[in-house]
Amino acid sequence: MLLHLRRAVIVSGIFLIMCGIVYPLIGTGLSQLVFKHQANGSLTQYGSTLIGQSWKGPMWFQGRPDGTVLTTGPGGVIVSGTNQPGPRSKSLEQSVAKVAQVLKVEGVIPTNDLVTTSGSLVDPDITPHDAYAQIKAVASARSIPAATLRRLVASQIHGKELGFMGRDYIDVLELNVALSHLQ
Amino acid sequence: MGYFWSILLVLAVLAIAWRYLGSYMAGVYEGRVTYLKWVERPIYRILSVDPEAEQTWQRYAGALIVFSAVAILVTYLLVRFQGSLPLNPQHLKGVTPALSWNTAVSFATNTNWQNYAGESTMSYLSQMAALTVQQFVSASVGIAVAIALVRGFARKGSSTIGNFWVDLVRGVLYILIPIAFISGLIFVGQGAVQTLGGPVTIHNALTGATQVIPRGPVGFMESIKELGTNGGGFFNANGSHPFENPTPLTLLLSVCLILIIPVALTYTFGQMVGNRRQGLTLLAAMAVIFGVWLGFTSYAESHPNPAVAHAHVVHQANGNMVGKEVRFGPRLTSLYNVTSTQTSTGSVAGASDSFTPMGGFGLMTGMMLGEVTPGGVGSGLYTILLFALITVFIGGLMVGRTPEYLGKKIQSKEVKLAALGVLVMPITVLVLTAIAMSIHAGRVGPGNSGPHGFSEILYAFTSQANNNGSAFAGLNGNTAFYNIAGGIAMLVGRFAIIVPCLALAGLLSAKNIVPAGLGTFKTDTPLFTGLLIGVILIVGGLTFFPAVSLGPIVEQLSHGKLF
Repeated sequence: MLLHLRRAVIVSGIFLIMCGIVYPLIGTGLSQLVFKHQANGSLTQYGSTLIGQSWKGPMWFQGRPDGTVLTTGPGGVIVSGTNQPGPRSKSLEQSVAKVAQVLKVEGVIPTNDLVTTSGSLVDPDITPHDAYAQIKAVASARSIPAATLRRLVASQIHGKELGFMGRDYIDVLELNVALSHLQ
Repeated sequence: MGYFWSILLVLAVLAIAWRYLGSYMAGVYEGRVTYLKWVERPIYRILSVDPEAEQTWQRYAGALIVFSAVAILVTYLLVRFQGSLPLNPQHLKGVTPALSWNTAVSFATNTNWQNYAGESTMSYLSQMAALTVQQFVSASVGIAVAIALVRGFARKGSSTIGNFWVDLVRGVLYILIPIAFISGLIFVGQGAVQTLGGPVTIHNALTGATQVIPRGPVGFMESIKELGTNGGGFFNANGSHPFENPTPLTLLLSVCLILIIPVALTYTFGQMVGNRRQGLTLLAAMAVIFGVWLGFTSYAESHPNPAVAHAHVVHQANGNMVGKEVRFGPRLTSLYNVTSTQTSTGSVAGASDSFTPMGGFGLMTGMMLGEVTPGGVGSGLYTILLFALITVFIGGLMVGRTPEYLGKKIQSKEVKLAALGVLVMPITVLVLTAIAMSIHAGRVGPGNSGPHGFSEILYAFTSQANNNGSAFAGLNGNTAFYNIAGGIAMLVGRFAIIVPCLALAGLLSAKNIVPAGLGTFKTDTPLFTGLLIGVILIVGGLTFFPAVSLGPIVEQLSHGKLF
């Protein structure tokens, strides 16, 4: 038993250094060398293209309503995935109805993605359908012709990855940055 | 169409892995693969282990248990005292004792149940040196047990089943590190973060809003999280977080990583016992059940969410999007979550708690079948071998002969051990769920009321006793009761199956191999696959149907009612 214990302690130390220090550090070094932009969070001057933000009001294209339930932790960091409503929960029905009401007032036609929160609560994307549903509202708020916005949205669609994986999507941050450049 | 090609791609990768990773692993554990000898030898020298000297099953099990106990202790100390340790850019405090215990047990048993949000609880050192390390070694322990059991079938008249220290080291060096390293780089290339730079604060001049975005060494943890069927993510949202699982490509890569070792082990098994069809029959049973569950769950999720439908504000043409990411949608999310519950992974690409009642049923029952389709790394193979023994026993009863499996006579002792191994999990789940339902500390856990609240508790213990780690995460598990009870479920669910498996390995390896006779029930035929599927479904169905009917089934049938 004592021999087992001695070996267990030593081998735990070896693995701690090998898998817990050397492996992640070499990984970090290599990532910073080869994929610096991605490894640091795909950051732009307005935020990360991979982390959703709240774009309130019809002046911007809005994403998932994740901001309505998002919480932060120590130091103000975003804490992901904290909202887990059951499929028959009253509170889910109420929050969906409330978000839809706000959207309607702004002139947006509510869509499935625009009234439901994501799993991460930082979903950066919407579908082209979700963007088209907001064109009328954004057009009148910004006095831009709807046809111009439709072209803008169409130019921002990311196709399926490698032509077949996943689905078409639009990064809300990229779309809004492009929108801000219109004027 | 895209979904079809995605599935086809996964199948192609698995077919290649089955053949080549399968034979490679046989080579690793039979000692024929030696290109890392220069790392391996010094480790054995420091441990004063003679790699040629083998152990009896008792010594093998003893070493495994002592090693796991030390692993739990080391993990506990690292997270408990992370506040005084380096690599803590967010200046996070030490984790509380009850949560440290739960987390240490969770990662050392390959469960990765998480009663905490990683980005606001764990320092970088904890994520790397405590949690990622366990993701490697607990996976290697699982494979070692499966290999020891396979040796039991393959050998005759032998008193030993291998050397635990050698199996442990070889699994990490030759299998886990190389694959995890290469795929880790792919995760980062696709957008997973990998930095020690701490959180970043960004002010968006367009909206005037400021975000503090947590970062960390994520990408290379992500790869071993999937490959080792661990499932414990860096972030609270796990595989639905864009920094962990940024694209559909990484989702499919994750699915492949989760499945390759459990699937390929059936080839390893076939090769080591000298008949590849024996592995193929097990794989066929796994594939049939997996396929049915995947189809069922994807179908359920392509339907509307009942509560959203009740609000009558949108048409849910693309299915249930509550708790799901736009880049994945319901079908890819279902593929990922089904894969992770049919193995012992437990990572999620969308909130399982917000799946439709029948979608949640698919995830929960996937675990209740014992996680053998194809199950966790190693644990899937050793558990389905227990089911195979029970199947030949039942087959033997039908024809009135002493059952045999792979030329080994299966007698009363072996059947008792197999039955014990199969029954431990359901007993743990049902007893702990009953206790939770009957005391206040248990009933305050669920964040949802009605049948879904019960589902959350049942799911929690099912997940922990199966060493899965996924959750109906509306449950607040970070309480003394759930931390401690969950820790017990994970320990029992892991070691009360591993020890009978190793005992079986010892018994079987001492036996002679009798040549197949006329009356031998063949175990490499579709008939055997069918019987095996039947046994798995009947054992799971009989034990869990009453409990499941109180949760997801009632919830499904409550048309028009919200809770």
